[in-house]
Amino acid sequence: MRAKAAFWIFLAPVLAWLLLLIVLPHIDLLVMSFRSRNPGGDPGWTLVNYQRFFIEPIYWRTFVRTAIYSTITTVITFFLAMPVAFYIAKAAAVRLRGFLLILLLLPFWVSELVRVYGWMILLRESGVVNYFLIRFGLLTQPVEMLYRDATMIMGLVYSSMLFMVVPLVSVVESLDDALIEAAYDLGAGKWTIWWRIIIPHCKPGITSGSIVVFMLSLGNYMTPNLLGGKNSLWFTEQIYNQFIASFNWNQGAAFGFLLLLLSSAIIWAGLRLSGQKLGQVAS
Amino acid sequence: MDNDLSIRDLVKRFGGFTAVDHVDFDVPKGSFFSILGPSGCGKTTILRMVAGFEEPTSGIIEIRGKNMLGVAPNQRPVNLVFQHLALFPMMNVRENIAFGLKRRKVTGAEIQTRVDRILERVGLPGFGDKKIHQLSGGQKQRVAIARCLVLEPSVLLLDEPLGALDLKLRERMKVELKKLQNQVGTTFIYITHDQSEALVMSDQVAVMNKGRFEQIGTPQELYGQPNTPFVAGFVGDNNVWPGTVNEVRDGEAVMRTQDGVVFRARSRETLAPGDRVNLFLRPEAILIDPGEAMGYNSFEVAIRAVLFDGANSRLLTVTPTDLEILVTLPQNQLFAHLEPGRTITAGWRPEAGILFRSDG
Amino acid sequence: MKKIVLLAALVLFCFSQAAQAETLKILTWKGYAPKELVEKFEKETKVKVEVTYSNNEEMIAKLRATRGAGFDLAQPSQDRISSVQEEFGLYQPMDFSKIESALFVASMLEAVKKNTLVKGQAYAVPFCWGTDGLIVNGEKAAGASSYNDLLSEKYKGRVSYRVKRPTLIAMGFALGYKPFDLYADPAAYQAMLDKVEKTLIAAKPMVKNYWTNGDALLESMRSGEVFVAMAWDNGGWKLHGENKAIDFVAPKEGALGWIDTFALPAKAENVAAAYKWINFMTKPENAAYFTNQEKTATASKDANAQVAADFRSNLERCFPQAAVDNIKWYPPVPAKLESMEGTVLDKIKAAQ
Ligand SMILES: Nc1ncnc2c1ncn2[C@@H]1O[C@H](COP(=O)(O)OP(=O)(O)OP(=O)(O)O)[C@@H](O)[C@H]1O
Ligand SMILES: [Mg+2]
Repeated sequence: MRAKAAFWIFLAPVLAWLLLLIVLPHIDLLVMSFRSRNPGGDPGWTLVNYQRFFIEPIYWRTFVRTAIYSTITTVITFFLAMPVAFYIAKAAAVRLRGFLLILLLLPFWVSELVRVYGWMILLRESGVVNYFLIRFGLLTQPVEMLYRDATMIMGLVYSSMLFMVVPLVSVVESLDDALIEAAYDLGAGKWTIWWRIIIPHCKPGITSGSIVVFMLSLGNYMTPNLLGGKNSLWFTEQIYNQFIASFNWNQGAAFGFLLLLLSSAIIWAGLRLSGQKLGQVAS
Repeated sequence: MDNDLSIRDLVKRFGGFTAVDHVDFDVPKGSFFSILGPSGCGKTTILRMVAGFEEPTSGIIEIRGKNMLGVAPNQRPVNLVFQHLALFPMMNVRENIAFGLKRRKVTGAEIQTRVDRILERVGLPGFGDKKIHQLSGGQKQRVAIARCLVLEPSVLLLDEPLGALDLKLRERMKVELKKLQNQVGTTFIYITHDQSEALVMSDQVAVMNKGRFEQIGTPQELYGQPNTPFVAGFVGDNNVWPGTVNEVRDGEAVMRTQDGVVFRARSRETLAPGDRVNLFLRPEAILIDPGEAMGYNSFEVAIRAVLFDGANSRLLTVTPTDLEILVTLPQNQLFAHLEPGRTITAGWRPEAGILFRSDG
Repeated sequence: MKKIVLLAALVLFCFSQAAQAETLKILTWKGYAPKELVEKFEKETKVKVEVTYSNNEEMIAKLRATRGAGFDLAQPSQDRISSVQEEFGLYQPMDFSKIESALFVASMLEAVKKNTLVKGQAYAVPFCWGTDGLIVNGEKAAGASSYNDLLSEKYKGRVSYRVKRPTLIAMGFALGYKPFDLYADPAAYQAMLDKVEKTLIAAKPMVKNYWTNGDALLESMRSGEVFVAMAWDNGGWKLHGENKAIDFVAPKEGALGWIDTFALPAKAENVAAAYKWINFMTKPENAAYFTNQEKTATASKDANAQVAADFRSNLERCFPQAAVDNIKWYPPVPAKLESMEGTVLDKIKAAQ
């Protein structure tokens, strides 16, 4: 009885905190998402905002596109970050380690907007990269490197690297070198060692890094919008458009919650597929 | 008899530091070979070169007559039990043991039977599905050994595998390891800094110091006829008693200790009168109250303490110049009356002590 | 104890600071509050000016989120006021007694008054005006003079416009509709939008990118990456100043005329300062300064005399009387239209 009371006493502030900071601000939006748009007309509750997502193909297609590209971004980021993390954690001299991490942090000293404009200056048709390619005779005609899906993914990968490398460095660091040597000694080749020893060991870091990168990409607005160009409708842009261009806050709120729910579902599915629990990943 | 492993003039340098210094040895097929030496003397470095993780600076490593130069670790017919075992925590016991077999593309059914058989062998039948963290220290030990033995290597390398265990378990595992080696007949190369492990288990022991082998021999040889003062001091307990040579005759030397006592003893070195020497004398070679037995060296010492340790009990005694001498205390009631403060007469046979020239 | 006293003193100090410095918070477009004029105003009135840059849609969203609080003055386009005022009540009526009406071009003042009328009260006064039309690189796309040129195969990959409502309206005109006449008839307007949607999706290969940032568009024109764009006249004139080959062109379907205004948010805290700013900005010398700087004409009656010659020549070159007469002025946008347009814009952007 006593213990129970104590439990609630300690839990109460935590719950209050969560309620105040996370739940309350969203309640307004949640209510809004179940209302129809016109306050003069029908003030009642409705699911129409949610239905529209599934009925109107461009909405769910945009979501699917966003999710697929975010997944691709996550996978590419992982494949690039793994060797980097491995190098930082195992190969680099201890003194070099901090320096390398700071190097990774460097892009974050400027705002995302500046970073994206930086890419635009480099990659545009009249940009720096084209200039040098033509100068060295590799191209005769400048090519537009912006406004392509590949460029957009590159931009997303670029701003996600750090969030993948940091958790990976910490798991790779905790890997006992003797395990790698033992596997080698028992007859394993490089690939087997990666797939059977290093990757399974790093699973928690891979998962937490992937969740962060996936969510960041899914929630990104600037990079897809500016680097992606004319074909690159991102789901966040659709939410923005509902709020800002169409003045349809109810629809925007519904999209927002759908984004939350669907991305949670995707992460849940990912965790199930790789046989992990969220608790393990967080710890 | 042919050799599973031959090492010729092996050298390993890390920068300017020589970790392994011109080492030669052969390990006969099916034998238990130990390398015994203090921490940092280069034992692990030798094993890592045999396993292929480290390139020798110079020298030859042959396994079953084949030169191993340039052969990758995963291609060598040797397996290594790591100092901290290095079991794969993400796999259960069965998967750990099956790991090497899978790499050799052994079929699933075959793997199953071989894993079960080796688990039986190491005394862990039915442990296949346990997680690594569910095992005790001794059980982990056996899994690590099973994981290597299942591959039937020409040579099994063990790097202080008992180091992490508590004393009791270590005693037991020592015996079990020896029994296991007898059963499977695989050649074992065993590294340790614990002389008792080496003596109990090995057919042959190499004593290593500062990158060099001081002596290779059976445990008995090392114990009874140490070649160097280092071996004499490192293998088994020894009293060290400094003195000067008085005369040399018939392969025996007569020495006078710093306390003025005169002893006869043997030496492996050619000594001359006036040489400064150390007498190495094992506690169990010293008899209390030897009586007037023929040819014994005898001396008087005062008892400072009785160190009771069951069958291994000793007397801590001191000579008049306050040099401490350990004397084995036989566990019969004859000596129950000995207590600190008393002076006793002690004696030993001249063959039991050995002289080495001291540098000082 | 000492600490508490210190803390109290600090808090008091902060409050007194806040009380002393009277501020005017303006929500406006980039360039509408030039630094020199802000400094001049601050010196004259001792009111500190805080400027937030935005656009029509975001202005409405920002004010809607706070129900008209957080700013003392906003500058939406005149056509975007009445419907949001009816629906959300974002603004408060203008008190024309506080406005120095003599400073304004009378016809423009009247027009804005009329267009922002809700329940008999007017909600805005004019600040500046301009048009949407074409910016053309004469060397690469000589003769481009119609919104239809934005769809032309000739300029494949060299065209840029926004995915926003002016583009839809312009295309409506290009396709022979009278979009403003259809405002009152949602079904017909929707039919037009459907046609526009199809046309713009089909013309996607011509587009280099849909621009979102005015400066970025000007950079693309300057570097020769884009030949024809739909954009504001002032942008075209800025480029013309640097490179005579590039110029604004009033399309033959008619440039789209807009008037940006001054409007008072419903919960403005410093209305007095807001009126001061309105009158200040409309003074001939200040308005002329703004025009020279931003290449945008104002509603200030006597500013013309002080406007630099190159701006006047811009007007004369691009807007002969016929072109002026042909300007299609945006009438107030009825509610609900934006939602219909929003879906169409999303579809255009998403189409592959
Ligand atoms: N990679 C290396 N680089 C430089 N020096 C090394 C390296 N590996 C080992 N050494 C040095 O070589 C010497 C022998 O090391 P080794 O690990 O073989 O000792 P060991 O006999 O196994 O000791 P222990 O009983 O403590 O394990 C040590 O002085 C060690 O510092
Ligand atoms: Mg070692």
